[in-house]
Amino acid sequence: MDSKMQQHGLLGSESDSQRTLYPYVTGTSVVALKYKDGILMAADMGGSYGSTLRYKTVERMKAIGKHSLLGASGEISDFQEILRYLDELILYDNMWDDGNSLGPKEVHNYLTRVMYNRRNKFNPLWNSLVLGGVKNGQKYLGMVSMIGVNFEDNHVATGFGNHLARPILRDEWHENLSFEDGVKLLEKCMRVLLYRDRSAVNKLQIAKITEEGVTISPPYSLKTFWGFSAFHNPTVGAEGSW
Amino acid sequence: MVKQQPNWSPYDNNGGSCVAIAGADYCVIAADTRMSSGYNILTRDYSKICKLHLIYQHQHNKQMSCPAMAQLLSNTLYYKRFFPYYAFNVLGGLDNEGKGCVFTYDAVGSYERVGYSSQGSGSTLIMPFLDNQLKSPSPLLLPAQDAVTPLSESEAVDLVKTCFASATERDIYTGDRLEIVVLNADGIRREYMELRKD
Repeated sequence: MDSKMQQHGLLGSESDSQRTLYPYVTGTSVVALKYKDGILMAADMGGSYGSTLRYKTVERMKAIGKHSLLGASGEISDFQEILRYLDELILYDNMWDDGNSLGPKEVHNYLTRVMYNRRNKFNPLWNSLVLGGVKNGQKYLGMVSMIGVNFEDNHVATGFGNHLARPILRDEWHENLSFEDGVKLLEKCMRVLLYRDRSAVNKLQIAKITEEGVTISPPYSLKTFWGFSAFHNPTVGAEGSW
Repeated sequence: MVKQQPNWSPYDNNGGSCVAIAGADYCVIAADTRMSSGYNILTRDYSKICKLHLIYQHQHNKQMSCPAMAQLLSNTLYYKRFFPYYAFNVLGGLDNEGKGCVFTYDAVGSYERVGYSSQGSGSTLIMPFLDNQLKSPSPLLLPAQDAVTPLSESEAVDLVKTCFASATERDIYTGDRLEIVVLNADGIRREYMELRKD
């Protein structure tokens, strides 16, 4: 498929490329789940520059309008661009001043169109987006990938979260989780990611969205546990080995 | 200086299988509800079956017939001949005489009316089984013989359930849940069946 496209001259040369080729400053996983009153979403505050953990206070979750919460992983500059698009969208929505406002389904649909259209031009916004919200009592949680694949589910995760957090959520999520249980479940997922994802940082925020509105917690750290008996005297039983 | 190959593809394979069978006065369309990407499952609950008719109805002041829909889909796909929709479709419905009507497509819009078809990651497993159970008379025969199956509606639904239960065993991209839609003179009926989740 790719070589055929090169023959047709569709790819062009790299030196004059104005399109996104690789991400530079990236955020790692976002994990979100539906609970009794709405949506809970968690993301750490790291912005990696390749293998360097360059930025440690990047807010990767933002409120959108009255009813939605957007979390993003991937290229941070593209996330900021998406926030500008959404600012304009919400502004125009407010200017109608007709008592109606865009709900999470509508914002999710808008984002899907934007991502898919950029993918069609071979200039993707290098993000995986998580969109959650509550409107008129209806909870909504969806995801859009950088090529425009979108779906909704009771719990979603991006990047490494797909591999490490989703299995935990599939096992332990159930309808009508209380707020405390939801937070505990998310923290469990984020802790596993902290142990196993090299681009995770121990500074995270948890956001909650309900019919009343959005609350994003101030940054905090998770407690980690390294006191495993196997870590004490690790060479016992095999002296001299590593 | 060798031209660099792009390290990003605009396509992803989300897997899944679908089947449609045409009967004398009904049509059965079924698809699993798993959406995958690589070795991950993104969600177990994604519907791959959609109803299409409203815009046509508003413009042409009549219900959209299945053959008209078939042509529309073919044109839509061929429109993107040089950057295809990477989607393999099966269209099912009732023709103007109320007989079951199934059309099968490739990614760029080439289509054919058949008595039954399957597409997707499990089609290589399902199609031979359908050929064995439903073998249509050859379209080359004269006088032209009906491609629709003599099976009853409930027999066809059972056949579809068997197809997916088997495909789920061997195809990693097929599973979770089966959505079955049955179209007949009374309208549209939806049915679900659980499939293996591994």
